[in-house]
Amino acid sequence: MNTQIVLDHGSGGLASQELIGSLFLRYLTNPHLHQLEDAAVLDGQAGRLAFSTDSYVVDPIFFPGGNIGELAVNGTINDLAMRGAKPLCLSLGLIIEEGLAMDTLEEIVRSIARACDYAGVPVVTGDTKVVPRGKADKIFINTSGIGVIRDGVEVSATQAVKDDVIILSGTLADHGITILTSREGLQVDGNLQSDTRPLHFLVQNILDQAAHAVHTMRDPTRGGLGTTLSEIAKTTGLCMEIEEKAIPVQGEVRAACELMGLDPLYLANEGKCVVFAAPEKAELILETMRATPEGRESAIIGRVTDVHPGRVVLTTISGGARLVEPLTGEPLPRIC
Amino acid sequence: MKYIDEYRSQELVRSLTERLHAKISRPVRIMEVCGTHTIAIFRHGLRRMLPEQIELISGPGCPVCVTPSGVIDAFIDLAGRKDILITTFGDMIRVPGTTGSLAQARAAGADVHIVYSPMDALELARHNPHKLVVFLAVGFETTTPTIGATVLEAARRNMDNFCIFPAAKVIPPPLRALMEDPKLQVDGLLCPGHVSVILGSRAYGFLVEEFGLACAVAGFEPTDILLAITSLVNQVQSGHPTVDNCYGRAVAPEGNRKAREIVDQVFKPVDSDWRGLGPIPASGLGLREEYGAFDITRRLEIPIVNSGEPPGCRCGEILKGICQPPDCPLFGRACSPASPIGPCMVSTEGTCAAWHRYGTLD
Ligand code: SF4
Repeated sequence: MNTQIVLDHGSGGLASQELIGSLFLRYLTNPHLHQLEDAAVLDGQAGRLAFSTDSYVVDPIFFPGGNIGELAVNGTINDLAMRGAKPLCLSLGLIIEEGLAMDTLEEIVRSIARACDYAGVPVVTGDTKVVPRGKADKIFINTSGIGVIRDGVEVSATQAVKDDVIILSGTLADHGITILTSREGLQVDGNLQSDTRPLHFLVQNILDQAAHAVHTMRDPTRGGLGTTLSEIAKTTGLCMEIEEKAIPVQGEVRAACELMGLDPLYLANEGKCVVFAAPEKAELILETMRATPEGRESAIIGRVTDVHPGRVVLTTISGGARLVEPLTGEPLPRIC
Repeated sequence: MKYIDEYRSQELVRSLTERLHAKISRPVRIMEVCGTHTIAIFRHGLRRMLPEQIELISGPGCPVCVTPSGVIDAFIDLAGRKDILITTFGDMIRVPGTTGSLAQARAAGADVHIVYSPMDALELARHNPHKLVVFLAVGFETTTPTIGATVLEAARRNMDNFCIFPAAKVIPPPLRALMEDPKLQVDGLLCPGHVSVILGSRAYGFLVEEFGLACAVAGFEPTDILLAITSLVNQVQSGHPTVDNCYGRAVAPEGNRKAREIVDQVFKPVDSDWRGLGPIPASGLGLREEYGAFDITRRLEIPIVNSGEPPGCRCGEILKGICQPPDCPLFGRACSPASPIGPCMVSTEGTCAAWHRYGTLD
């Protein structure tokens, strides 16, 4: 077999079949995918379905703590989870640049398989295209997913109400700062790692405990917590009051942010969520989150009020207060 | 985090602000020279904690903001040329010139890379022997020593595909120019911490002697800033202005001699144009003859056309501290961080951006 991806691998002909057989089916084995039909048929799914799609074009494709493959799996699982859905299955679409090393692709597929196994969510249908060199950057991945929402769960950005408690599932900015520093080859002290991970176990645990008390869930990916909360504030017309002191940020992440003049509030996260919950169940939900490995560092970071309608207000560590506006443009390190 | 948290302590901040409230007996106008101070003051929500008599105005201290649009146009022109690879610090890339930004040039096919240090640009030059790698040397005292060291390293390695576009500036001359402007009535200066690490606190002596201005060198944490503001209020109210070094843990009176020697070895003072302030004698840094080979403006013909400010933009007055962002009719309407018109809105350290992002909590 070729050591590099060539255009033929996307032709639909023999080379494509070989790639599918020797690589994808080898790692992503399950009865649905093995049928190699044009569409997977999912039996016996009743109830409300959630459906989500996302594309991954991250650069670099391998970074400390993960790679584009597991990011694509976890990302779509999390999008489903944030609506309170239990993810059932995924589709996987790959756009590969001609010339990508076969080893690299294999490593990505292997980590996709690993992420699917861990999450218990299979890839049931897929597609591969190869584009000429220069028409894509190494590899782009699209994943779509379907999940089911149990009765009684009604989670959306519009559901947050006054007095809700805002809980964050862990430390902020780990993914964003890792990508930024590894993209530009910046050497920083410490052990920066992406936080990519699936959140549906955490979410199901919460829903088992207090389904009715959970109003809104969001994973603050691009744009970070600041932008996510701004969106919810705008959607609901309510005020999100958060405490800088309560927001967990790892020491080395904070140090790197200080160094580059970046605000952890605006950097991406790939394995964290914010949960808006009724105050009477907040402690129970917090405990449940902390008892789940991915939520060990969960913390109550604020509350929903009506003081400044449509805005996010941060009480700073020093006791000051300021607005948190949505991010505009990419976060860029400052000059001096 | 150690070495940061103690300077953000809520108790300390409260006691400092309470002392200030008790002490202040007249209005005091303070200019923060440096954009990083402006951001820190907003980011920590300090403005609302200060006594009303303290008026804070932002000065010219953001290298991106003071780079004239003609120079940015020249950067973009250069980026569009064949076999040129542009390297720049991050926040430069979004600043609009007259026709566009480096980000737009990149989208149109120009080879523009963000680097964190000029040394990274040298690495890029090594890996791209067929390209001429140009580092856009924008910055103040804080950044110029590393740029100087990079030029020295390029000379040592005899690299012929690395150049800088000299556009760096120094801080004392514009401060003199500002203080000579009768329109600007300032009582005290919050002097920049980073810049002073290199320059030394003594460098501000002339402001005290010639203009009777109170000066305090400040770090960037809330307690640093509050201590310096307290010092300025004391100086102004007692009528004994001086240069108070409130950032002793990083700034020595004589600064960092080694760093300045590198700058002196590589650069020489040249007249320079400041966006909003106009030309100021000996306020820029050009490469010395010996290092002329590393000056892209000597290697290639690059026209720099003074194109002035975008219509309606009041960045000039903002940088001079004569007006505040909300005074600009475009602020928050035509001009916002999402679609900036002037550089004060585009740079993360720009005054308008800071006001827009943090400033309207009432
Ligand atoms: S609001 Fe925009 S146009 Fe007005 S001064 Fe600020 S940057 Fe310039």
